[in-house]
Amino acid sequence: MPNLRLIARLDIKGPNLIKGIHLEGLRVVGDPQTFSKRYYEAGVDELIYMDIVASLYGRNNLTEIVRHTARNVFVPLTVGGGVRSTDDVKELLRAGADKVAINTAAIQRPELITEVSRRFGSQCMVLSIEAKRLASGKWEAYTDNGRERTGFDVIEWVQRGQELGAGEILLTSIDQEGTRKGFDVALTRAVSDAVTIPVIASGGMGRFEDLAEVVQTGHADAVAMADVLHYDRLNLQDIRTQARAAGLMVRQL
Amino acid sequence: MKPIVTVIDYGIGNLFSVSRAIEHCGAEVHLTDSIEEIANAERLVLPGVGAFEDGMQGLAERKLIEPIREYAESGRPFLGICLGMQMMLDVSEEFGVHKGLGLIPGRVQAIPTTGADGQPHKIPHIGWNGLVEAPQAEEWNRTILRDVKVGDAVYFVHSFTPVPEQAEHRLADCVYDGLALAAVIKAGNLYGCQFHPEKSGDVGLSIFQQFVKAS
Repeated sequence: MPNLRLIARLDIKGPNLIKGIHLEGLRVVGDPQTFSKRYYEAGVDELIYMDIVASLYGRNNLTEIVRHTARNVFVPLTVGGGVRSTDDVKELLRAGADKVAINTAAIQRPELITEVSRRFGSQCMVLSIEAKRLASGKWEAYTDNGRERTGFDVIEWVQRGQELGAGEILLTSIDQEGTRKGFDVALTRAVSDAVTIPVIASGGMGRFEDLAEVVQTGHADAVAMADVLHYDRLNLQDIRTQARAAGLMVRQL
Repeated sequence: MKPIVTVIDYGIGNLFSVSRAIEHCGAEVHLTDSIEEIANAERLVLPGVGAFEDGMQGLAERKLIEPIREYAESGRPFLGICLGMQMMLDVSEEFGVHKGLGLIPGRVQAIPTTGADGQPHKIPHIGWNGLVEAPQAEEWNRTILRDVKVGDAVYFVHSFTPVPEQAEHRLADCVYDGLALAAVIKAGNLYGCQFHPEKSGDVGLSIFQQFVKAS
């Protein structure tokens, strides 16, 4: 297996890095540039920027922030939120993004996945999933930061997404997001075992053990971390050291 | 006078990152799709992400295939990145069979779907992976890998892999699930990187630094 990827996820509203609880209550954390630069210097493997209000307004407002970040940060940058067309993708790539994460627009029009992957390569097409646990033990895909149900079964949807050309899955657990109680390991494992493309687990990391569990038991290929980094509860160097000690392969710096 | 690096703009995204990384290394970047500017370039970069066929079509529509071949024969430094590297070979098998630029003999093939142990693995190959010396590689210290140490990790994202006909054209490999994949190819003045040096932190920047110094 390739090295586990340690990804910092920055949820952005307007000009601000924010943190959410269950993707609902929002708190301003600071300037995204300050944080992304700090993470880059600390050896983060990738960054994810999510415009969390974009789907409300129907467009992604991160172009300027992306352009600024790409001046000083030389690791891959995935941008999501409100990406609706190949033209939107082109604009973000031109600004310096490497991949786009698409949720709502892909649910509404699944062919968009194929259009983006054919035009820009599947490596660029990250299918973003917001998953909520159902009483049945399955998971349903949501949109609009966990507000809107879709009726899509997560496992069926990721398999279809892969067939349509998605190159990667960004899997956010609505139940765990912002709780600091650990990832939804069963969800991550079910998704990771259902597809051959890499899966990024997102939502719920509170301590190092959560990361180890979602990789070892949940079969995640990458881990997205948000407020655990933003509030400096853990730092990337320590995570790397602990990962190595736990037998996880991470990038040698 | 700053050294000038000419980057070919043929309608494929992500030029900003490549340009910015090269500028960071003290060079001036000229983005162009002009035949004349390519002919007169001091150093030429062919970037690119996306599908092989679309990339070649982008070059063909702008009538850049011959000018790039002529430049490559001039002995001046050339660097293909990711899809730009794959297009340096003769042929790709991505979504059908498509002709490449033919600068270095070889084919672009799908990464095998199973590892050395016969077990399936994730495709695309995404993430940071270490560079190792290819079996018949020349010494790195006289190449753009001068400041790279064996094991230094760089960022890969690809489902297809270039297979040069001649082993000595492989300068560095990476090992994915037990499979050696070409990471850097070299034939004289021509270099190609499968990974993204513009997304590979300090290691990637050091490669641009050496390319900017190359003459």
